[in-house]
Amino acid sequence: MSVLVNKNSKVIVQGFTGSEGTFHAGQMIEYGTNVVGGVTPGKGGQTHLDRPVFNTVSNAVEQTGADVSIIFVPPPFAADAIMEAADAGIKVIVCITEGIPTKDMVTVKAYLADKDCTLVGPNCPGVMTAGEAKVGIMPGFIFTPGRIGVVSKSGTLTYEAVDQITKAGLGQSTAIGIGGDPIIGTSTKEAVELLMNDPETDGIIMIGEIGGSMEAEAAHWIKENGTKPVVGFIAGETAPKGRRMGHAGAIVGGKEDTAQAKKAIMRSCGIHVVDSPAQIGAKMAELV
Amino acid sequence: MNIHEYQAKNILKGYGVAIQNGVVIDDASKAAEAAAQLKADTGTDWVVVKAQIHAGGRGKGGGVKLAKNDAEVQERVNDILGMQLVTPQTGPEGKKVNKVLLAEDVYYPGENEPKEYYMSVLLDRQLGKNVIIYTTEGGMDIEEVAESNPEKIHKEWVDPATGLLPFQARKISFNLGLSGKAFKEMVRFVNALYRAYDETDSSMFEINPVLKTSDDKIIAVDSKVNLDENALYRHKDFGDLRDLSEEDPMEVEAKEFNLNYINLDGNVGCMVNGAGLAMATMDIIKLSGGEPANFLDVGGTANAETVEAGFRIILKDPKVEAILINIFGGIVRCDRVAQGVVDAYKNIGEIPVPIIVRLQGTNAEEAKKIIDESGLEVHSAILLQEAADLVSKVLK
Repeated sequence: MSVLVNKNSKVIVQGFTGSEGTFHAGQMIEYGTNVVGGVTPGKGGQTHLDRPVFNTVSNAVEQTGADVSIIFVPPPFAADAIMEAADAGIKVIVCITEGIPTKDMVTVKAYLADKDCTLVGPNCPGVMTAGEAKVGIMPGFIFTPGRIGVVSKSGTLTYEAVDQITKAGLGQSTAIGIGGDPIIGTSTKEAVELLMNDPETDGIIMIGEIGGSMEAEAAHWIKENGTKPVVGFIAGETAPKGRRMGHAGAIVGGKEDTAQAKKAIMRSCGIHVVDSPAQIGAKMAELV
Repeated sequence: MNIHEYQAKNILKGYGVAIQNGVVIDDASKAAEAAAQLKADTGTDWVVVKAQIHAGGRGKGGGVKLAKNDAEVQERVNDILGMQLVTPQTGPEGKKVNKVLLAEDVYYPGENEPKEYYMSVLLDRQLGKNVIIYTTEGGMDIEEVAESNPEKIHKEWVDPATGLLPFQARKISFNLGLSGKAFKEMVRFVNALYRAYDETDSSMFEINPVLKTSDDKIIAVDSKVNLDENALYRHKDFGDLRDLSEEDPMEVEAKEFNLNYINLDGNVGCMVNGAGLAMATMDIIKLSGGEPANFLDVGGTANAETVEAGFRIILKDPKVEAILINIFGGIVRCDRVAQGVVDAYKNIGEIPVPIIVRLQGTNAEEAKKIIDESGLEVHSAILLQEAADLVSKVLK
């Protein structure tokens, strides 16, 4: 079963014919993801990567029955693309685009509030269910089907964790890259909750970073509702205050969003926090 | 992107926010002329000379001074312009003052006592909404107020669907204890301030203090504005507001190569693909007994050119005693990055510090072979823990 995406997901690609969309759609298809088509306004009726191209998401949904969309649309148009997918009835929207203005995401967040859909991202590596579906830009070969779920704000740090899990002799159920922007669709807590409720997941890796309060929120939820071991890591213990560390949301404002403060809360809520990012996989192997 | 007080005030003024007016100069010989113009424009008697740097707490460092006559204006300008201003936010080395703002005196005596308030507009990340934060305790550091008098800090969230509503502006004005002319002025101030924040795609507007003058006008005396860099494409004119002299020269240079670099105080440089892994690499340097000398994200396309540019920037920092390259190759092939490291090394010639290269992911084994057979003084690793151990080893 896993979460969000699986081998039965019917995936469309928004920004299908652009260079990013073309490259990553190709990689997704190669991994075995059920990509049923794509959307590029003005190119409807064409065929790309042996799949149909549509002018609108609603056309694509009508014609293909798509329920998942991945977005590679450039920043000025990405917020519109997310809302178009939600309007067309897409259930899981994964937005890879980096650099969307925060104001646009405030609008998106309000627009999605009463829609029956889940947004993952933006500015994220996507969602990957090992051996079933890759809806993102994560390298497929580091994954092995298994029973560990991963939630992370970062791209390459997710790959690091996934790789360590594989090397520790375990495998992954679903990895959810939630993104590093100040406003994102699926929070750490919501992603952890999905994996906690997934019968095919036995343990959860939760990777956060400085900035915001999502890790603390997730930790409190885990304390009340957790039934599986959670291994945590927070990047940025050595980050200076007030500087934006790459991700738009990775900035220490006050005492509460430092790595130290987040780790302390997570530990007090029963999460197995590792100080070294090299110990994530080994720690999980001890626990399951 | 941070901008100066005088730039922020110009933006505010354009949206109808009442401000403390001023004239900016970058040359002390223009002080008398600027002061004369300010007096003609505003009728002010006294002049406040304010250092323009991207840091708060300027008054505490001697960067804001009152001048009561023309001779004093010149004296204050001479003192402040060109000084190395140290404030609680600049670090001990301080910042050079390249511009000063000559501003009107707004604390003139009158019917009522002048009163200071605090107001800021920013994003509440948790709720995904903008919030106006305000308090009667103006002129102080808001974090201190949050510690000592948290009950005095009010918040008003703005629904994205409606924008700021009239009753909210009234509520703010009432909560600040205002009435009569000052009440109306504050309602107008709040509306104009929110509109300025919203339409400029800002990440933060902080007005501290907001002043009620002795004749009940409400004006912004200082302003700190942070613009959303992701939205600058919508505001072409804001590009001119960037003051490169306020930024670290190494960071400016890195930006030209599309590298995301932040200079830090440590002794181990690092070069990583991806921001999260870059922060994690800094952390592991510390756990291995070093201190990170920088944050450097080379992005999704680590190649020979970016690696060489990264090397050159890190090596400009004399504190660097070792360099750790940590690349997790997903889409990027590690053997290509390894070749890039070898080529960059040869192009630069002598690199006087030990280098540790950790390449993991696609073609990691081939990459290690390329490094090991290159004949260069480079330590190679595949696992992150191996890289950490190598950092400890070379620092000994």
